[in-house]
Amino acid sequence: MTDPSDGTSTSELVLSLRGISKNFGAVSALTDIDLDVHAGEVVALVGDNGAGKSTLVKVLAGVHQPSSGTIAFRGKEVTLPDPSAALKLGIATVFQDLALCENLDVVANIFLGKELNPLRLDEVSMEIKAWTLLNELSARIPSVREPVASLSGGQRQTVAIARSLLLDPKLILLDEPTAALGVAQTAEVLDLIERVRDRGLGVVMISHNMEDVRAVADRIVVLRLGRNNGIFYPDASNQDLVSAITGASNNSVSRRAGRRQAQREQGQETQP
Amino acid sequence: MTKDIENGAPAVPLLDRSDERVKHAAGFGGAIRSFLDRVQSGDLGSLPVIVGLVIIWTVFQSLNPIFLSSNNLVNLLFDCSTVGVIALGIVCILMVGEIDLSVGSVSGFASAMVGVLWVNQGWPVWLAILAALAVGAAIGSLYAMLFNRFGMPSFVSTLAGLLAILGLQLYILGSTGSINLPYGSPVVNFGQTLVMPHAIAYALAAIAGIVTFITGFRTAARRKEAGLSSQSLGSLLLRAILITVVLELIVFYLNQDRGIPWMFGLFVGLVVTMNYLLTRTKWGRSMNAVGGNREAARRAGINVRLTYTSAFVMCSVLAAAGGILAASRLASASQQAGTGDVNLNAIAAAVIGGTSLFGGRGSAYSALLGIIVIQSIASGLTLLDLSSSLRYMITGAVLAIAVIVDSLARRSRVSHGRA
Repeated sequence: MTDPSDGTSTSELVLSLRGISKNFGAVSALTDIDLDVHAGEVVALVGDNGAGKSTLVKVLAGVHQPSSGTIAFRGKEVTLPDPSAALKLGIATVFQDLALCENLDVVANIFLGKELNPLRLDEVSMEIKAWTLLNELSARIPSVREPVASLSGGQRQTVAIARSLLLDPKLILLDEPTAALGVAQTAEVLDLIERVRDRGLGVVMISHNMEDVRAVADRIVVLRLGRNNGIFYPDASNQDLVSAITGASNNSVSRRAGRRQAQREQGQETQP
Repeated sequence: MTKDIENGAPAVPLLDRSDERVKHAAGFGGAIRSFLDRVQSGDLGSLPVIVGLVIIWTVFQSLNPIFLSSNNLVNLLFDCSTVGVIALGIVCILMVGEIDLSVGSVSGFASAMVGVLWVNQGWPVWLAILAALAVGAAIGSLYAMLFNRFGMPSFVSTLAGLLAILGLQLYILGSTGSINLPYGSPVVNFGQTLVMPHAIAYALAAIAGIVTFITGFRTAARRKEAGLSSQSLGSLLLRAILITVVLELIVFYLNQDRGIPWMFGLFVGLVVTMNYLLTRTKWGRSMNAVGGNREAARRAGINVRLTYTSAFVMCSVLAAAGGILAASRLASASQQAGTGDVNLNAIAAAVIGGTSLFGGRGSAYSALLGIIVIQSIASGLTLLDLSSSLRYMITGAVLAIAVIVDSLARRSRVSHGRA
């Protein structure tokens, strides 16, 4: 694992953003964002609702185009005019809303846009590859020939992640990968993220769950109101993280924590 | 059959059968059970239209015994082919969740073009046909451009097209208003009299069964080799034999009269080709994906605009082709061609056949089945000497029932997790 104190490690710099801004009309969703991701590193992107995490991921996936700023991918400056350009470079994305076609089956969804043998679809090879991918993720999918509409939330997440791995990407973007999952499935997805990192891929993961973030992230990048608001390492205290996310040491989360602390101390005093 | 499976059971579970929570149908009884399951949960396929067809045929046959005679059925097939080809285009456009209301006008305009260019201007007939098809493609690309560039709903752009192209048709036909195509020319013969030699019809029916078996067998062999579950040889054979026997019986019955029209052969050929394109090619997958979830398709890297364009162009070209076939069937290009109920019959055929109006769900065969239903109603009522007023009302009622069945089945699919 990379040394947590060494943010700019010696491994290859996969992605480097400088001064990325994105405006939607009068609203600036992102302002001057800088972000580095190295190979074999999990970077967690955290922030409150509306901090611009999802917008940043959509910029990287080619869904939105930045209003200004530069994106460098593996040392070269690139533009991402559409999702297929990002895919071609090796940036795979698992969106929060998963972006699956409910009327198609699992195999069709995994290979969507990347079908083998376009003029005479090679269903057998695609099905084998789909099972291989799903088994690598130790996924529990009952049948790959049922429409995705019949799958549960966790199963859909697995399908979406399996799909992102299909093209051997260099960088994977995960938007809230554990939001819809149960306890065991969350652990599996976190395992999976570590496995992906150990294969030497860069991983950018958005999450609201601090436990998940600490469990897998090598670096935690905090966004607040569309701006960079500090870089932390998994050993940072919860209070530091929360105050960076909410923007002040005096906020509802810390007030609540302080109140409970005071109560506990009072209880200890009266006990003896 | 079950014994065969037990003997061949590999020590390691098949790749796609390792999850014990899923029921898998085995053998012949299992196939029937899973079919009933599917129907119950609203995955009806072409079942409603086949049931409807049986009802319609029973009613008309009991009212007029000529209805199911070979002679009448051959006429029915001639009449099916023209609007059927247009309905095939409608299937394409409905797949991506859009609509084309101008197919009638486009077909009328195409027939007028062939009449004017071939008969009046003296062009070679193949060039006139090619020109008409090219104009169809141009009209489709225009709709696609309006849709992709300006976000114009296809409902509105094609409604405008309906009027504008009808105007063009009247304009190029000029004051005479009608052009007769020469009797005895190959084009008119094709639309009115040409039928397959009986031997060829039998052979084609047999080939259909053989091809079904061979492709099924190859797939099963490859799946077995790869450690996936595969269909047993017995059920493959049964299916192929069933298809062959049914087709041969149909051919035999129609051969009692003139036989199978070449025009109908062309229509079925187009349907089979379209079915292959929609189910077995990347293009077809894109069409399904765009109809099912446009944004998901875009994010998967599919060129959504190109997919829409291909759907619009395919629809208009097939509409033009249908118009040319109609001209050869009627031996004339007139102001009435493509007006009246052509438009709605084509759309109704696709929907009655089971293609969903909501996009992402349909099959090329729905054009074939749907148009046979509509044409059966028309033919039956004509035989009973009833006016077209009744025909419109009954076709309208059938269309309404088809859409209701579609909506109900869709709701049931959602609640059974099969949407």
